[in-house]
Amino acid sequence: MNNRMRSASLALAAPLASLLLAFLLSALVLVLVGSNPLVAFGDMLEYGSRLEIVIDMLNRATPLYLSGIAAAIGFRMNLFNIGVEGQYQLAMFVAAVVGGALALPGFLHLLLILVVAMIVGGLWSGLAGLLKVTRGVNEVIGTIMLNFIAIGGIIAALIGRFRDGEISTNSGTKLIAESGWMPNLNGFVEAFTRDIKGRQLSGMLVVAVLVGIAYHLTINRSRFGFDLRASGLNPMAARSGGVPPKRMVVVAMVLSGAAAGLVGMVDLVSRYHRYDNNFSPGLGFAGIAVALLGRHHPVGVAFAALLFAFMDSSSSILQVTGSASPEIVIIMQGVILLTAVITYEYVNQIRQREETKMAALATAGGAA
Amino acid sequence: MVLAIELIDITKRFPGVLANDRVNLRVELGEIHAIVGENGAGKSTLMKILYGMQPPDEGKMLVNGTEVDFKSPTEAIEAGIGMVHQHVMLADNLTVLENVILGSEPTKSFGRIDFESAAQHLREVSHAYGLDIEPNDLVETLEVGERQRVEIIKVLFRGAKILILDEPTAVLVPQEVEQLHHNLRELKAQGSTILVINHKLPEVLDIADTITVLRQGRTVGEVKASDVTAGDLAELMVGSELPSPETTESTVTDDVALSLRGVTVLNEEDRPVVDDVDLVIHRGEIVGIAGVEGNGQGELIGAIMGTEHVETGTLELMGQDITKWSVRQRREAGVGLVPQDRHEEGLLLTAPLWENAALGHQTQRPYAKGWWIDRAASRAHTQTIRKRFGVKTPNVDVAAHALSGGNQQKLIIGREMTADPKILVLAHPTRGIDVGAQASVWQKIRDARADGLATMLISADLEELIGLSDTILVMLRGKLVAKLDPANVTPRQLGSYMTGAAIETDGNGSADGGAE
Repeated sequence: MNNRMRSASLALAAPLASLLLAFLLSALVLVLVGSNPLVAFGDMLEYGSRLEIVIDMLNRATPLYLSGIAAAIGFRMNLFNIGVEGQYQLAMFVAAVVGGALALPGFLHLLLILVVAMIVGGLWSGLAGLLKVTRGVNEVIGTIMLNFIAIGGIIAALIGRFRDGEISTNSGTKLIAESGWMPNLNGFVEAFTRDIKGRQLSGMLVVAVLVGIAYHLTINRSRFGFDLRASGLNPMAARSGGVPPKRMVVVAMVLSGAAAGLVGMVDLVSRYHRYDNNFSPGLGFAGIAVALLGRHHPVGVAFAALLFAFMDSSSSILQVTGSASPEIVIIMQGVILLTAVITYEYVNQIRQREETKMAALATAGGAA
Repeated sequence: MVLAIELIDITKRFPGVLANDRVNLRVELGEIHAIVGENGAGKSTLMKILYGMQPPDEGKMLVNGTEVDFKSPTEAIEAGIGMVHQHVMLADNLTVLENVILGSEPTKSFGRIDFESAAQHLREVSHAYGLDIEPNDLVETLEVGERQRVEIIKVLFRGAKILILDEPTAVLVPQEVEQLHHNLRELKAQGSTILVINHKLPEVLDIADTITVLRQGRTVGEVKASDVTAGDLAELMVGSELPSPETTESTVTDDVALSLRGVTVLNEEDRPVVDDVDLVIHRGEIVGIAGVEGNGQGELIGAIMGTEHVETGTLELMGQDITKWSVRQRREAGVGLVPQDRHEEGLLLTAPLWENAALGHQTQRPYAKGWWIDRAASRAHTQTIRKRFGVKTPNVDVAAHALSGGNQQKLIIGREMTADPKILVLAHPTRGIDVGAQASVWQKIRDARADGLATMLISADLEELIGLSDTILVMLRGKLVAKLDPANVTPRQLGSYMTGAAIETDGNGSADGGAE
């Protein structure tokens, strides 16, 4: 029991240490450019704890989390799905087109949009998996290329055809009927707090939590997850153990892509209800950072997504108060990631050494 | 009398382990000195210290009478020490010459490599020491023994006067061992000092002048080879008699567990690496496969496990055709495997022991329940394995890498044997584990045989092969070329079958080679 507590505290020590280090380094940067770090951080904390900003943070954290889970599924199998970016944008685009063209009664319409997004994301990502197992194309290369094809090719070529009437100033798909909108969670939040003015907490938060639970059960508890993790840890041993290696690669990529397909859904079903130039790009790459920081753990990734979202949403106050440049959070995010990678590795080594020592002691004690 | 090497009270600690505990070693100039001890006795650590790969925590090192403190192997090489590693470390696609000069290339103007003078020097060195080798041969075309000679030349080329050889005979057949020993005597005659690590006692007695015995990190004795027997050495090494792998009376039944008919596996160049193999293994029988490594044993295992594509031929398990079955189907039907490389193929090193126990059986009870992994039952079953097979570990949640090789192997043997196999493929089951674990693994294999398990045993340890097997088949270039009775064969004879010498001379081997 004592050992378990010790290993838990070791697991927590790493992210905390990297956070602390990141704050110190960012403070140093702020001092160097002539700002007062205490004032800047104070502003962010004070502003970030307002209810409206908390809502904003949750809305930002939701797609980050989904993106992080998408990357984490790949990581658990040693696959680097760097194509979440293209997968979610393509999924969003196709789902917007399908959702705008059809009108199904009530809940079914929304469900259809989400399912289409997952299928498109999964297929696009699965394509990279297929290329890997049939043609030996490394998934990093494959997914990068598919990013370009999806964003710069397919979407750019087709977006012009879906202009919503003459009044539209920027090109985008048709507005989705209200039956395809995700209900917000404002009522739920307001029951505990106060009226939220001008903000809506996206119902996608619930979807993200469900995805997190599904991720945990599939990867950590199911036979399939065992096969997947075994393939990631030692492909040769997994193969001798009966895991079909090629099928695992394709399935893992499809699952990763399906999760990626949901990343754009906060913007689509809760915010803009169409695909146009307003949505936020870059979530796919941010997801890789979030997955790394959260160590592919369903709860860890959630914390990482919340942290990054908090920094993004609270930093806008810095522009208003002028206490620092808002770009400081980008530096902080970068530093957190770097320090996290280093401290995780360090803690990992400590843990391995401890385990070896424990096992050696057990052997010595039990030796005849 | 100046000593070539003198180590005084060398101590080296690793977390939780005292690898070397005040070890003393005195190697005289121009002698062949052997260091013996079971695995984990601290031999390799001592050599790494001597070669500058690891610093000692305490103690003094003297080379040719001067105290040294090597920071890296480079400094050891400068002091005239050369190391021939256990695993040959050569670049296959380069020539002998290129391999020899790799890392210390003689150069002409503008940094061009001076191949002519290098080749000249190589010829001089190999001639002086009687090591015949053609500088322009590609290393991939060489036999294992020849590759080792290249390693030795490589060390001599750099001017080494003191050679350390780490278990040089591990991968050699008896004839190659003789050749190596001949070469070593030649080197000694030319004035080299040689330090050999080995735990095969007859070989040590054959080659060494002086023997230092290590046990549990301590020097327990220094003896003259002429004054001792293998039995004496064994007692010094383990404090008791060495266990022997012999089995008792035959338990072979008439029930065929596994049969292969005309099985052929092709490599990437479409050449047969398993060539028309017929093989029958009965319940209660251990069929040993002898062969120099790389003669198709790995592919034969792959054909049985389902990881290699079988071009022609059929495999039957308990009378059922499994030729087209996937690895998983075969696993579920009771084909078990103890792979030849635990780390590469047998374990998930960073995963907990209970997950490692489940590996290969994760679709079956007790590890699985429907679509889910039954964590509680898996842990409980791993505890059972731990008790029955004597896996020494604090609990079943530690990562597999934390265990010693012997305990890792016991876990693998345990997981395969408790999964109720119909046929068990054992590839080098006691490679790299200590004598105690070896004895326990042998006992488990004998017990399983008595319980009616059909076993295929592949091993480079010929004593083990002869001791445990009911039938020995010799594999050479993908074919089963001879069927031998272990009761009437010596390791030496086996060795000549393995290299093909016996078959060419007496024509005793028959190509059908089945165990029928």
